[in-house]
Amino acid sequence: MNALLPDGMARVTLSGVAMDISVALVEEVQVGDYVIVHVGYALARIDPEEAERTLALMQEGGVIPPSEAAEACP
Amino acid sequence: MSVKYIDEYRDGRLAGVFAAQIAEAVHPERAYRFMEFCGGHTHAISRFGIADLLPANVRMIHGPGCPVCVLPVGRIDMAIQLARRPDVTLCTYGDLMRVPGSRGASLLKAKAAGADIRMVYSTLDALRIAEAEPSREVVFFAIGFETTTPPTALAIRRAAARGLANFSVFCNHVLTPSAIRAILESPGEAGGMRVDGFIGPSHVSTVIGTEPYDFAARTFGKPVVVTGFEPVDVMQAILMLIRQLNEGRCEVENQYVRAVTRTGNRIAQAEIAEVFEPRDSFEWRGLGEIPRSGLRLKPAYAAFDAERRFALQGITGRDNPACECGEILRGEKRPADCKLFGTACTPDTPMGACMVSSEGACAAHWTYGRFRDLARRVA
Repeated sequence: MNALLPDGMARVTLSGVAMDISVALVEEVQVGDYVIVHVGYALARIDPEEAERTLALMQEGGVIPPSEAAEACP
Repeated sequence: MSVKYIDEYRDGRLAGVFAAQIAEAVHPERAYRFMEFCGGHTHAISRFGIADLLPANVRMIHGPGCPVCVLPVGRIDMAIQLARRPDVTLCTYGDLMRVPGSRGASLLKAKAAGADIRMVYSTLDALRIAEAEPSREVVFFAIGFETTTPPTALAIRRAAARGLANFSVFCNHVLTPSAIRAILESPGEAGGMRVDGFIGPSHVSTVIGTEPYDFAARTFGKPVVVTGFEPVDVMQAILMLIRQLNEGRCEVENQYVRAVTRTGNRIAQAEIAEVFEPRDSFEWRGLGEIPRSGLRLKPAYAAFDAERRFALQGITGRDNPACECGEILRGEKRPADCKLFGTACTPDTPMGACMVSSEGACAAHWTYGRFRDLARRVA
């Protein structure tokens, strides 16, 4: 994300193209953040720490560990 | 051009690491059938040749998560009828333009015949048109799952706040969990092919979170792994599904932790809840009527509901009888099983919706997969 604009808008680079999108649906985005854009709206911010952690796991062919207590299958 | 958070997850070497892990993990005596619900994954699986990296007993079944594909013909017919009104400007996402309606009609042909139909990228474009042209009745043709619904809700709320009386929405928004439930409740599941687990959608899940899939694991015993759209994400998710099955687990797991949380995007959910409510039932192409699977505008926003404003009557459309979109959407047939595939029906001249959108199973198979069929025939 390159710049915040008035009216809940922001300028982003999407596949090399500069575009103005709405950031009204996401909380606390800042210049420099990476966001997921769908039909002209940011839907989520990429969490850089989780992205790093996923990549580190991938390097070893590992998987994201289950986060919840396992329940018996019906 | 290198793009952070995309290139790393397209690394062929990493995909190879997972291919080896998967080959090692699978039990050769059993079959693994996974449905990727979302059309974005269908596209990625075809584009990156993921099927070629999987052992023969791991099969991916394309799901109904392609908004253009599941919209029944009758709704296209209604949109065409609306667009033909001289006072109406119909704004639509581009991929709806070529979707066939009844008797070969389409929005593109209606436009060529003089209807005022405009392609927009965002609901904000439609709002701008309504503001700039107050003498036109500007109708936004809203389709899609939980990803496109919050943008529609926001546009309606803005129109209400600005007192924009010439803006309305023809609402066709649908709900992902309801469709997954319908697939799991259908006799024989996906046309007699048991589904062993689901690859959960990427962008939909950024909005709804992973919690709404719990019923699939708890009630139906099917594992779900929510995953990103990049090929290494998908490979990692397939390994996670295989491990769950091998270990007798059925859980909702989140591979896409960099963008998806358990509870999702609360702002987007609040937008949906403010403006929309479930319909008792909505028709899906291929899946038929599904209870509480579609949304309509709440009474407080009735003034912006195009179906009420123009007293639109439901139309029962007629699919091209030779088109097998329905069977393909249910996972009963593959694109190449359809007589029209690659002959009468190509992305340039689509006969059915699955060939129109890049997320459709037929378009993905035509663009990337048909060479594999050919190689198999030659060999």
